[in-house]
Amino acid sequence: MTTTLAQSTDTAMPASTDAVGGTRRRAASGKSIGRRLRGLVPPAIVFGVIIGAWYFVSNVVLAPRLRYMLPEPHEIIRIGFMDSHNLSELMQALAVTTKVTFAGLGIAIVLGVGSGMLMTQAKWLEASLFPWAIILQTVPILALIPMISFWFGYGISSRILVCVLIAFFPIVSNTVFGLQSADRGMHELFSLHGANRFTRLWKLQLPAALPAIFAGFKVSAGLAVIGAIVGDLYFKQGVPGIGTLLSVYTSRLEGERLFAAILLSSLLGVAVFLLFGWLGNRAVGRWYNANRG
Amino acid sequence: MTTTTATATATASATAAVRFDGVSKQFKDGTVALTGADLTVRAGEFVAVVGPSGCGKSTLLRIASGLESVTDGAVQVDARNVGYVFQDATLLPWRSVRANVELLAELDGIPKAERKRRTAEAIELVGLTGFEKHLPHELSGGMKMRTSLARSLTLQPDVFLFDEPFGALDEITRERLNGELLKLFQARTFAGLFITHSVAEAVFLSTRVVVMSGRPGRIVADIAVPFDYPRDHDLRYTEAFGAVCGEVSHYLRSVS
Ligand SMILES: Nc1ncnc2c1ncn2[C@@H]1O[C@H](COP(=O)(O)OP(=O)(O)OP(=O)(O)O)[C@@H](O)[C@H]1O
Ligand SMILES: [Mg+2]
Repeated sequence: MTTTLAQSTDTAMPASTDAVGGTRRRAASGKSIGRRLRGLVPPAIVFGVIIGAWYFVSNVVLAPRLRYMLPEPHEIIRIGFMDSHNLSELMQALAVTTKVTFAGLGIAIVLGVGSGMLMTQAKWLEASLFPWAIILQTVPILALIPMISFWFGYGISSRILVCVLIAFFPIVSNTVFGLQSADRGMHELFSLHGANRFTRLWKLQLPAALPAIFAGFKVSAGLAVIGAIVGDLYFKQGVPGIGTLLSVYTSRLEGERLFAAILLSSLLGVAVFLLFGWLGNRAVGRWYNANRG
Repeated sequence: MTTTTATATATASATAAVRFDGVSKQFKDGTVALTGADLTVRAGEFVAVVGPSGCGKSTLLRIASGLESVTDGAVQVDARNVGYVFQDATLLPWRSVRANVELLAELDGIPKAERKRRTAEAIELVGLTGFEKHLPHELSGGMKMRTSLARSLTLQPDVFLFDEPFGALDEITRERLNGELLKLFQARTFAGLFITHSVAEAVFLSTRVVVMSGRPGRIVADIAVPFDYPRDHDLRYTEAFGAVCGEVSHYLRSVS
């Protein structure tokens, strides 16, 4: 069997067409850097307008004794972040909330992907379990808070539980959807070659599901931050989290520190979202994004 | 591997690689796709099947591969390994060309060293050397088909089933792949069952062309193709070639 069928001339054509496509793609992405920079201009203008309006409200609209409701931006930075005592209090709280977020998200990922894989193993499992996942999703999380404190007290574990509950659903539903997205023809090919359940899951369904699973992680990551802050607000035993500080500062009318805390919690949300976006891109971007054109 | 579906009839002659005996197929929804189809493909034969759209050609192949069962009749596939190439290349988008070609050998549990060797050989045979690391989305339609073909070649099939593998390709790529497939057919002795919509493709490739009637499908004509292998591209433009095509077309028109 040494016959080589395609002569070099045969493959030369597809090869070169492909190379052309490659350079065109690269050229396009090179151009888009400049375009992307220019794309930053409009949001920057909006940012400037908002800051201007902010100063206007703080200085002109609000009487000095009401200024705590919307302190000037530089005051927020000076009091919230430049003061070392305040800063360390904020940072410690941020660390706690971050830990709660990741612990909750981690548990939700394990449970969500695990039960998603379980549900796709048999129609009856999906039929009997998935509705409950939906019901869990529709129960307002705040309605469960008293019960959680009843069962788990007011400490860290209750905060983590809130995160898990809120982050669970998008992961399960995306896992189930993703695992079922594998091409029917591929399934048949696996069947023809006697692939067992495990092989099918590992080599076909799971890789095919990764884009959806990571999309679920991204959504859940944002939700987990919300869950952690809600948890902080209600379960105040132990080390305070960012949410705890939010309510403390509000009750003391410490506007500067309140806004500093709000800013940090938003940054946490953005960071977690970006992290999971990046992870997803690392995991499947090479084949998935390109496939979608 | 010997797949025997439903009531197995007496063993076919030793040289029959694929044998359909009065095969009928009715789907659950009541659609009758095939009625009493008889067809034998002997070892070393390359049989092309043409027929109107929806007449049950794919069903015939799916039955041979074991993906569908028969309602009546029997199918016998006498082969250690069966290769399948379908219209859609069905590649795993996250696997490189090499890893895709390796897939079936992997599923069949062929030892790693042997698998690697066969993969490299198959990639070379279909002319994809240099593209091993490419992902499917970086390939042209023809190259995807080559990858799919190479994937089956790693199994060293003695029966090869093709369901309009080149149907989605442009004329030039299709003709080039036809030529390459013929070389493969000669280099490796397998029995081929090839479904196509193109009369010229059917005649160019095969030792026999079988014409099926509209649904429910039956075999209405079985035309021997008298040309020797190796066949040159220029064969397509000879008078004799045109005559055989004309005969196939004639039957095809009479059933459509
Ligand atoms: N799983 C199924 N359930 C019900 N009907 C089906 C099923 N698969 C195919 N059919 C029907 O059986 C008939 C034959 O289908 P088949 O795919 O074998 O045709 P075909 O000859 O391959 O057509 P084409 O040339 O368009 O590929 C069609 O009418 C089709 O709609
Ligand atoms: Mg078909």
